[in-house]
Amino acid sequence: MTLDTGTTAWLLASAALVMLMVPGVGFFYGGLVRRKNFISMVALSFIVLALVSLQWVLFGYSLSFGGDVGGFIGNLDFLGLSGIGMEAGDAGYPPLLFVVYQGMFAAITMAIVTSGFAERVKLSAFIIFALLWTTLVYDPLAHWAWGGGWASALGSLDFAGGTVVHISSGFAALAVAMVIGKRSGFGQYSLEPHNIPMTLLGAALLWFGWFGFNAGSALAANGLAANAFLVTNTSAAAGALAWLAASWYRGKPSSLGMISGAIAGLVAITPAAGYVNVGASIVIGAIAGLICYGAMLFRLKKGLDESLDAWAVHGMGGLWGAFATGIFATIAINGYSGLLEGNVSQFFANAAGALAAVIYAFAVTLILAVLVDKTLGLRVSEDEEYVGLDISQHGERV
Amino acid sequence: MKMIKAIIRPERLDFVKKRLEDQGINGMTVMQVEGRGDQKGISLQYRGGAIQVDLIPKVQVEIVVRDSVTETVIQAIQEGAKTGKFGDGRIFILPVERSIKVRTGEEERDS
Repeated sequence: MTLDTGTTAWLLASAALVMLMVPGVGFFYGGLVRRKNFISMVALSFIVLALVSLQWVLFGYSLSFGGDVGGFIGNLDFLGLSGIGMEAGDAGYPPLLFVVYQGMFAAITMAIVTSGFAERVKLSAFIIFALLWTTLVYDPLAHWAWGGGWASALGSLDFAGGTVVHISSGFAALAVAMVIGKRSGFGQYSLEPHNIPMTLLGAALLWFGWFGFNAGSALAANGLAANAFLVTNTSAAAGALAWLAASWYRGKPSSLGMISGAIAGLVAITPAAGYVNVGASIVIGAIAGLICYGAMLFRLKKGLDESLDAWAVHGMGGLWGAFATGIFATIAINGYSGLLEGNVSQFFANAAGALAAVIYAFAVTLILAVLVDKTLGLRVSEDEEYVGLDISQHGERV
Repeated sequence: MKMIKAIIRPERLDFVKKRLEDQGINGMTVMQVEGRGDQKGISLQYRGGAIQVDLIPKVQVEIVVRDSVTETVIQAIQEGAKTGKFGDGRIFILPVERSIKVRTGEEERDS
């Protein structure tokens, strides 16, 4: 097949859109922390982007998309991108383009995990952790779902990364938070967001970038991409209004709640975007908003300092999205049926893929975090935490 | 009448407010300030040297009260603000000549 210029152009743009989501996460999180940790929070996302970009071209891509080893991980055939060229293969776009597009997914995933580290992580230890995590958690999970691993062999559907990106990062953030411990003062006095408009702006970047994330995952400029684009936007809208309504019912309609609901909707539609129609996307988004809101309240009640709710929004939203894909997939969109069309096995395949990712991501993250904590120490000293990570880790001030 | 000017840790403000409310003191003015005390801020040690963070964010609480409750207020602030570590802050007591309510023009007096 010769190079398809339409598809190639769309994927180039999509890769750039997903890249924008990485600092988008940084600004989203940055507005939620106290002013003294603002630079740190944004910097963590940029550090992740740089770090994972290098890891990806050196060996991460090969571990994810190299020849299958036991259904678990890729081999090292593509080490240093050897053999990956510019010539369009069967797909109609250059394999090199697929590398950079997928590399952005790896980066955004690690960036989401920084939620569990917020306002207390030692930068040097974080860099080591991030390198271990993306190699030992992200790369295998990407291989399971997309690189020819066991989950795709089982028939578990994950269109754009609900399991690989969101379940993995959400449950990893929870494990990290449990190892690193609460921020000093958590539960005693309020640790208020210092800049909500900054978080809203970060959410705008995320919502925008998500079109590249989901519609780009069609890997073509075609009707499926258009469907993914539309259901993505619709689910975000339904999630935003659902959370807004739920927070209104309990008090004031919070803008932060609304935008968290939009992210919840975006997360939940991610695995489903290429398999469901627009009607289903309204239901998926609205339920995502309510589930994630409930998960956040549950976390607060339990006194868990998974500080910026990656678990509640990405972890639980991703879990719901994986189930929802198994429920709402319709043959009219992409040839796959879900539970509603009587295909029970699809539902169980998706549930198995999602639950395996939950267990793997949580357990391996727990081990890695304990390992780094025991050797390097994940956490800054009490004084460093008190003056803030901007000054103590970067020597800079907002 | 006295003005009580307390410079405390920002994260202790809620505790101080609670203690003052328990004593029936509600009015106050709060400012975000930066400052340093005898330790000249906090010194952070690194392998590559030291960073001195000399001005640390604090809040300054100003309350004007009758002479008779001054000691109670000082005690309430101290109870709310104290962590026992360096950097808990200071309390200053200043004389106040007059205190007038803008809306009514009413003058508050000690007696």
